[in-house]
Amino acid sequence: MTPLQRVQEKFSQDVIETHAFRGDETLLIRPASLQTVAKFLKETAELDFNFLMDLTAVDYLFYAGGRVQKEFRFEIVYHFFSLKHNHRLRIKVPVDEKNPEVDSLTGLWASADWYEREVWDMFGIRFKGHPNLKRILMYEEFEGHALRKDYQFNKRQPLIGPKT
Amino acid sequence: MATQTRSMLLNVGPSHPAMHGVIRLIMELDGEKIKGVDVEIGYLHRAFEKMCETVMYTQCFPYTDRLNYVSPLINNVGFALTVEKLLGIDIPERAKYIRVIMSEISRVTDHLTCIGATAMELGAMTVFLYMIKAREYLYELVEEITGARLTISYVRIGGVKADLTEGFADRAFQKIAEVRKVLIEADELLTRNRIFFDRMKNVGVISKEDAISHGITGPFLRSTGVAYDVRKANPYLIYERLDFEVPTGTTGDNLDRYFVRMAEMEQSLRMIEQCFQQIPDGAISGELTGDIMPAAEMVDRAKMGKTQGFMASEVDLDPTLQGGTEKFHDAINATNKDVVLPAKENTYGNIEGLMNHFKLVMYGHGIHPPMGEAYFPTEGANGELGFYIVSDGRDHPWRVRVHPPCFPIMAALPKCLIGDVMADLVPTFGSINMIAGELDR
Repeated sequence: MTPLQRVQEKFSQDVIETHAFRGDETLLIRPASLQTVAKFLKETAELDFNFLMDLTAVDYLFYAGGRVQKEFRFEIVYHFFSLKHNHRLRIKVPVDEKNPEVDSLTGLWASADWYEREVWDMFGIRFKGHPNLKRILMYEEFEGHALRKDYQFNKRQPLIGPKT
Repeated sequence: MATQTRSMLLNVGPSHPAMHGVIRLIMELDGEKIKGVDVEIGYLHRAFEKMCETVMYTQCFPYTDRLNYVSPLINNVGFALTVEKLLGIDIPERAKYIRVIMSEISRVTDHLTCIGATAMELGAMTVFLYMIKAREYLYELVEEITGARLTISYVRIGGVKADLTEGFADRAFQKIAEVRKVLIEADELLTRNRIFFDRMKNVGVISKEDAISHGITGPFLRSTGVAYDVRKANPYLIYERLDFEVPTGTTGDNLDRYFVRMAEMEQSLRMIEQCFQQIPDGAISGELTGDIMPAAEMVDRAKMGKTQGFMASEVDLDPTLQGGTEKFHDAINATNKDVVLPAKENTYGNIEGLMNHFKLVMYGHGIHPPMGEAYFPTEGANGELGFYIVSDGRDHPWRVRVHPPCFPIMAALPKCLIGDVMADLVPTFGSINMIAGELDR
């Protein structure tokens, strides 16, 4: 049984869709169940995902030139890896534009700390329960979130300096 | 009156002589002991991920050169493999071997730089100079094939830019022998050096559990005793055919990381030697026979429409560009015409080739991977270098995400530093091998 099937069987209610494009097993799950699914991935012996290898987000605003409409604007993408079983799994969580917030996974993997800060910095998605959610690559005075699709790549920022 | 004590805040960086790379550490010191560290990164942020969304797939390669600028070839290979995974195409055997040879050369240059710089910061200037000398030998090899030392942009989607030159294997063996000599010298100068040993041993320690929880990979993880290497766990290209070991440490301190890197360089050199034994023959650049035509003449004649005889003659081009000519094209490039540029004789000589060329380079055309997403892990010099690309079926990537191996290591830096003294920052930071280019992107 592959990790994808295992999670799908256990959380059939919470899985929105699955695919294995080019062999990458992927699950799209409901945001409310993220914590329980993550805990299950980490603590089930036959899955044993001890690495949260990567965490990022994708903005689907005007995806494919507007031809494809996604229900939710953002997706958070988690890449898990198990050292023991040498398998990988991608979990995606849709996030609404109006209230971009998901649960933080900092309690389960230490690597989530900086990755979640980066997602907050670049996409403006908040992580509930994160101990220190502040910008990481940009400075605090930076206006907007750079990797959102409605942020023009050549947009200028106001100069910052000592407060007078 | 009771004595009051309080800790001192010390700011190190963003520009400090002992910091190779711009990063700021705000340290809380109790005397000389480090009680807390706040790491601030982002000083070299150049919007790699954002810029990749604005250009076509092939145009991302110059950006990837600038991620880890000590081993840019590995970044090129990682990006190309991810796009090829999205497209679902395979590349010729010879190109796979060339990619592995170039990746392993890059890995050695990266490790040489890391150990050399660490040694220099501990006062061993000689080792630094020796290692930079060895790196220079390897850069000469890279330069011979790619035409550049750093910003090489050598790998192409579906293949590589140029084939190996004539006699390259012999020169590579010579340089490998030279590098081995330097490694022995450096080993003699450092490994039993009391000063170096004491500064590295039991300094910057991280436990296996912490390293895994932080998602650390590469030599840093292996120094804690976990034998995880992407080349063994998820072999890509031709790594499963090569015989190599994954060196590991035991304690996860700076000394172990030094040993792991030293052992890994030897393994990489072994891999290069094996590749030269296994690599399938191709036309070797340099030996042109028959009717030779300079490239400039071909272009001039093509402009006037005098294209007869193009396919019969051989085009003389610089060796670093020769992958583009008919003779070398198919040995190192995939056959998919919707991905790989046609040979130059076709581009200039007939309308099909010209159209094919235009369809790949013109704005709005280019390579169109199917709608979907793919993640491809490769073993970078610092750990797992993964590219995650989302395609919307158009010629621009919808999203390019790099999993930079330095990033989780820097997040764990406070764990390595707290409890050590201030002076230990220098060797610990050196053994982390932070590359600001891939950390900040």
